[in-house]
Amino acid sequence: MPLLTKERAVVEDRWTLLPETAALGDVPAGSAIVPLRLWLASRDGFAARTDIGVWLKPDDDPEALTDDISRLPLIAVAFPQFGDGRGYSSARLLREKYQFRGELRAIGQILRDQLYYLWQCGFDTFALQPGRNVAEALAAFGDFSDNYQATAVQPLPLFRRRLLSATGGDWLPPTESARR
Amino acid sequence: MYQYDHYDQRLVDERVAQFRDQTRRFLAGELSEDEFRPLRLRNGLYIQKYAPMLRISIPYGLLSSTQLRKLAHIGRKYDRGYGHFTTRQNIQFNWPRLEDVPEILADLATVQMHAIQTSGNCVRNITSDHFAGIAADEIVDPLPYSELVRQWASFHPEFSYLPRKFKIALSGSATDRAATLVHDIGVHALRNETGEIGFRILVGGGLGRTPVIGHVIRDFLPREEILNYLDAILRVYNRFGRRDNIYKARIKILVKEMTLEVFTHHVETEWQRIRGGPATVPDEEIERLASFFTAPAYEHLPGDDAGFRAAVADNRAFANWAKRNVFAHKVPGYAAVTLSLKKTGVPPGDATSDQMDAVADLADAYSFGEIRVSHEQNLIFAHVRQAALLALWHELKGLGFATPNIGLLTDIICCPGGDFCSLANAKSIPIAEAIQRRFDDLDYLHDIGEINLNISGCMNACGHHHVGNIGVLGVDKNGAEWYQVSIGGDQGEHASLGKVIGPSFAAREMPDVVARLIDTYIERREADEPFIDTVRRIGIEPFKERVYAAAH
Repeated sequence: MPLLTKERAVVEDRWTLLPETAALGDVPAGSAIVPLRLWLASRDGFAARTDIGVWLKPDDDPEALTDDISRLPLIAVAFPQFGDGRGYSSARLLREKYQFRGELRAIGQILRDQLYYLWQCGFDTFALQPGRNVAEALAAFGDFSDNYQATAVQPLPLFRRRLLSATGGDWLPPTESARR
Repeated sequence: MYQYDHYDQRLVDERVAQFRDQTRRFLAGELSEDEFRPLRLRNGLYIQKYAPMLRISIPYGLLSSTQLRKLAHIGRKYDRGYGHFTTRQNIQFNWPRLEDVPEILADLATVQMHAIQTSGNCVRNITSDHFAGIAADEIVDPLPYSELVRQWASFHPEFSYLPRKFKIALSGSATDRAATLVHDIGVHALRNETGEIGFRILVGGGLGRTPVIGHVIRDFLPREEILNYLDAILRVYNRFGRRDNIYKARIKILVKEMTLEVFTHHVETEWQRIRGGPATVPDEEIERLASFFTAPAYEHLPGDDAGFRAAVADNRAFANWAKRNVFAHKVPGYAAVTLSLKKTGVPPGDATSDQMDAVADLADAYSFGEIRVSHEQNLIFAHVRQAALLALWHELKGLGFATPNIGLLTDIICCPGGDFCSLANAKSIPIAEAIQRRFDDLDYLHDIGEINLNISGCMNACGHHHVGNIGVLGVDKNGAEWYQVSIGGDQGEHASLGKVIGPSFAAREMPDVVARLIDTYIERREADEPFIDTVRRIGIEPFKERVYAAAH
């Protein structure tokens, strides 16, 4: 499966994604993303491992990971259908409320036309649905050059940056600050 | 009115390019119908009964003459020479070709217009008071805040795939002319006891299958917090709103199932977390936006125009029009004029491209080049010198836009219905026309007085039938078109939902049914009591008896 990054690259995916029904015995030796249910049931057992990530269903509350946020290297948020937008809020909460700094990954029905919004909500990597045109998907990060709103990528809403530029304040074009 | 800067223009241009590419990929077979549908819908494009339908946004109902000419041009070039103004201050074209839509959007972008989020499960066009800025009872002009909310709602990364559509309306007057109580969120701009501007926030109103009057969730929100609070409401809705059943997916159902108390708790908790954050609106931004909605260069006039008064006294037809279609203005010597798009024989809200061009010229000559669209599907010139009203009336008569029926029985709100819409159970335009024909006596119409009659061709309630003093809903009975009638609905600050009077009627019965409702009112009314007050005082029974007694 092609894994896209917000740096507009295609990278090799070194993580094994375990299904919702996975049990502890299914967890491989290498990097693995386990469902929240399994994580909560076995978190102490994973204490020694730094290569376990967790994935959330749309209705899983990110709050369940409050105590683990700083130790998790990766959290994935599932989009079973691209039209189910709950994961956008999960991402923002993980980034802004729970201050998650690890890799945030979008999984499920991830298509070209949602990539820009996913990125703005704080996702770093995107498990593009197999069989899709990767070059076209990478172009999606350039669909828009800016947002009116504060986003995970650009924490100042446009109106604040307008004011800064009008008053000659210290301001970089949004695409520049996004890349920093 | 608001003028795009290079940021706004670039975003709209990028949206055009994005949709052009999406359309190309769909036509090339790279996007499936299921994948393309939500993308085209959020650009206003439906696939309708006979052809695609394109809904173009008119933010809070404000248009320049240049923009209206562009709409006329689009109607002529890509459609059949007319457009339909909707109940949410948008305009729809019923016959564009899918292949042409990217080009239409590019044309619109040249005059700072677009079709962004006029459909789909996202925040829709922000609507407001068509008399904003000129009404004497206005507390706060809602338009700068409407533009603020429009920008916040546009391409919101987090809220672009909501459980269902989401409608926000703003009002800043004692009289609610924006139907804020039947929106997902209603925002009332007001001042607190110390004179600070803020908002009363209502949530969970709406029409459709389950009509609900909105609930106050916060009595006073400091104005700088508006976007944080909207983010909080939308986040709670996006996370917890139902996605298993589209008929239960609106925020009103969430509020009901969660209870207002619990919903409010979630929103307030989230708001407290983000309060004062980056989306807090600085005064400078509000001032920047307000600078676009300043009063035009009115002349200093001493007061009501003597010539206008004399013409009213002299000319009964003009007086009738002045009484119904002219609205008092807060500036001495000025008035607002409603152009009635409710002439009998013309589908309510329709205007031809030629008429649009003519209206644009008149707007330049009489109203500082500005046109407004009301949710009652009429057009408004908001800044007309009283001294020019007689001349304007003559011009509007020539155009067919001077029917003196604003707020009267024939000023019918009506969806496109079964003639155009693939969702409709029944036609609505012919019902409107039959009722207009029955009530063609102007004296009688004026004697009946203030009343609104709203017609929807299906449960989705685009014709706002629930809040019509008389509401008509098209229903399907074994493949035949029938009409259910309700009375007692009302829009505005005293919004209420109509009650169904009984079994539905065939189309041919509808003018008689309405006539019997009106007869009952005429007999039972006291003094100057309008229809709705009579219904509230005596209840629906006397009306019901009269209608069904005659029918059997």
